[in-house]
Amino acid sequence: MSRFLKVLVPATAGTAGLLTLSYIMAGHFVTETPPSPQAVFVTAANAQGNAAPEPALSPQPPVPATARDGGYGLGREALAEEIAAWDIDIRPDGQGLPAGSGDVWTGEEVFVEKCAACHGDFGEAVGRWPQLAGGMGTLERKDPVKTIGSYWPYLSTVWDYVNRAMPFGDAQSLTPDEVYAITAYLLYLNNVVEDDFELSDESFAGIEMPNAEGFKPDDRPETELAAFAGDVCMQGCKDDVRITMRAAVLDVTPGSDTPDTDVAQDTVEVESSAEPEPADDENAARTDAADEASADQRPDPELAAAGARVFKKCSACHQVGDGAKHRSGPQLNGIVGRSAGTVEGFRYSSAMEEAGANGLAWDHETLAAFLADPRGYIKGTKMAFSGLRSADDIAAITAFLEAQGD
Amino acid sequence: MSNDSAPSRRGFLTGALATGGAVAAARASAQAPDPAITELQPWMQYLGDGVDARPYGSPSRFESHVIRRNVEWLTADPVSSVNFTPLHELDGIITPNGLCFERHHAGIAEVDPSAHRLMINGLVDKPLVFTMQDLMRFPRENRVYFLECAANSGMEWAGAQLNGCQYTHGMIHNVQYTGIPLRLLLEEAGVKTNGKWIMPEGADASAMTRSIPIEKAMDDCLVAFKMNGEALRPEQGYPVRLVVPGWEGNMWIKWLRRIEVGDQPWHHREETSKYTDLLDNGIARRFTWEMDAKSVITSPSPQAPILHSRGPTVLTGVAWSGRGTIPRVDVTLDGGKNWHEARISGPSFDKSMHRFYFEFDWDGTPLLLQSRAHDSTGYVQPTKNALRDVRGENSIYHNNGIQTWLVDERGEAENVEIS
Repeated sequence: MSRFLKVLVPATAGTAGLLTLSYIMAGHFVTETPPSPQAVFVTAANAQGNAAPEPALSPQPPVPATARDGGYGLGREALAEEIAAWDIDIRPDGQGLPAGSGDVWTGEEVFVEKCAACHGDFGEAVGRWPQLAGGMGTLERKDPVKTIGSYWPYLSTVWDYVNRAMPFGDAQSLTPDEVYAITAYLLYLNNVVEDDFELSDESFAGIEMPNAEGFKPDDRPETELAAFAGDVCMQGCKDDVRITMRAAVLDVTPGSDTPDTDVAQDTVEVESSAEPEPADDENAARTDAADEASADQRPDPELAAAGARVFKKCSACHQVGDGAKHRSGPQLNGIVGRSAGTVEGFRYSSAMEEAGANGLAWDHETLAAFLADPRGYIKGTKMAFSGLRSADDIAAITAFLEAQGD
Repeated sequence: MSNDSAPSRRGFLTGALATGGAVAAARASAQAPDPAITELQPWMQYLGDGVDARPYGSPSRFESHVIRRNVEWLTADPVSSVNFTPLHELDGIITPNGLCFERHHAGIAEVDPSAHRLMINGLVDKPLVFTMQDLMRFPRENRVYFLECAANSGMEWAGAQLNGCQYTHGMIHNVQYTGIPLRLLLEEAGVKTNGKWIMPEGADASAMTRSIPIEKAMDDCLVAFKMNGEALRPEQGYPVRLVVPGWEGNMWIKWLRRIEVGDQPWHHREETSKYTDLLDNGIARRFTWEMDAKSVITSPSPQAPILHSRGPTVLTGVAWSGRGTIPRVDVTLDGGKNWHEARISGPSFDKSMHRFYFEFDWDGTPLLLQSRAHDSTGYVQPTKNALRDVRGENSIYHNNGIQTWLVDERGEAENVEIS
């Protein structure tokens, strides 16, 4: 068949001919392998020689997979419980909302505990994490501030996203009432509601977002497609050419000699995303076997290696090792043996500083207690993490941190 | 893992020159015999590794600089971030699996395929659950498509920022997918007459969702489980992802676990607060799904300088369109005074990357390089300023403007903008 093609294709005038050819052949030789688009192209390219580049139109696929009457009968019917477990999406009309409610004040408490480590107590954002409040009236200016209040068109989007993907690294852990409360607090931070507001599946429909009318459908077909089509100039199109901007002036490319991140952050518009981090497999390091957790002096290398894996849960907020810096949590070099809340340059919660002042130092025992239930152990800590449930994980991560030294 | 790709590439090649004699001089007047020829190299003398020494093969150690790279200051955290395909090191149209750029919203989900399910629910006659084994029993198709993040080149709206096509254009890859036409799965469940939209959802901790009109779902979308012949990589959605040809990469839901059918769009986070294009009047376009025709010269470019003296020079690049094929690419060496039709080589597939070349004799003077793609609908890639005239500088997404590289007398290239 491929020889047949090679003979015929050069004689075929244009790409339309090729297209027809392969369809005809596919139709005629239904029991044979259809010609691959690649084979068609290669012969066509050879045939073109030095002529103007005109790539062959290769239909892909040559023979589409077809449906079978009455279906394939594969898979099984989904059970109602299974659909309920996964079908958590909410629409602008409120479809999908569970029964429940939460008020602004409750929302503030939950938000400060679970969200503020990245988003700030008032949605003002920490570092490059997303700002959730403010920015009203900035959409037309340079460097617009796109927040829930200034930009998001629908309240349902907030509820849905918080419920499906937040808090960062602990997705789908909030109760419906907590999501209602957080959403109410976010509305309050954006001056959409007063502080006595309670959001529920019933009051939901009454809320209109400030920028609800700020969107229109894709209008490129009208505004761009025709304007960016047609004949182009090929010769003598300009008299002179000036360079108007050079990337080297900014020098923000990774690996360039003098990186200047301040310039970069001020000048560059880019999507800054703050979405959840992966929850490691809870069960990965969980065994019922051992409790040899208290490695006495040198950390067990195997345990430390396991701890490195567990540390992925922490790495969204903490760095450790060479060159570790503070992020939304302090860097953790040398934490084992140190007084709590004492690394320079990090703004701890007052609760953590007090604990250190009162003599709390991090050893196997105190770290284990803290990591099992951070907010229970130090009420008021900024650490939003809900805690490690497995004693093995805690032992491993302690060994890992200890192995990092100073 | 160093970030200094241009220097290391240059260093590697100059290192080669040092043993081989200066290339420019070599042909004209070789004074001394070339030790690469006269000396016995170790690989000529000693045995190499046997089979199975590399059960899953890797590139030569001399290619260790060819890697994905990120731009750390772009995002708050690497688990919700992006890195970039090293376009300047690649040729042809297929992106190797290990070099396909990554964009995660909750890190790489490590999904056990035996515990993975795909559910179809909503406005269907019969909600269904499929195991991976079930999916493998449907008819498959093989098709090559580009996937481009809508934010590719998004850092360049306000002007030239990043030096290297890896960073300016590297949120794209081009892969042959093996998958099931989504239409077959939807027909298996039976879409009700009022089913106008689908909402695919990922199994990762961001539970990524997008709304897609049913016409597109029934047209050319695939539920894919293989890329370039092998299983999807975890970072590309193993064990199964959605393929939405020609449309922005964010819609190609990875780790696909559920498809809901509905009668209206969901307006979720990734189609409201993100992936909407804010214009300079403060109004934003939404549902800007199609990727406009675009091209970039991958060599010479800032990370791939010209390393030889004057004479025969290969200029190459890639072009693509979310609306069809690329029948033509023009290139200019003088900043757009005069243009030349480039030569396209390799398969020309619908909504796939195309490779172009333009061979010329460099005279050693500075060059202002640009490429301009024409797609099969007649659309011509616009200049960045033409785009800014319509959209302003705040839209982040869908920047398909013409890229300019300034090549100086030494062959070094820089990202610039010109009048």
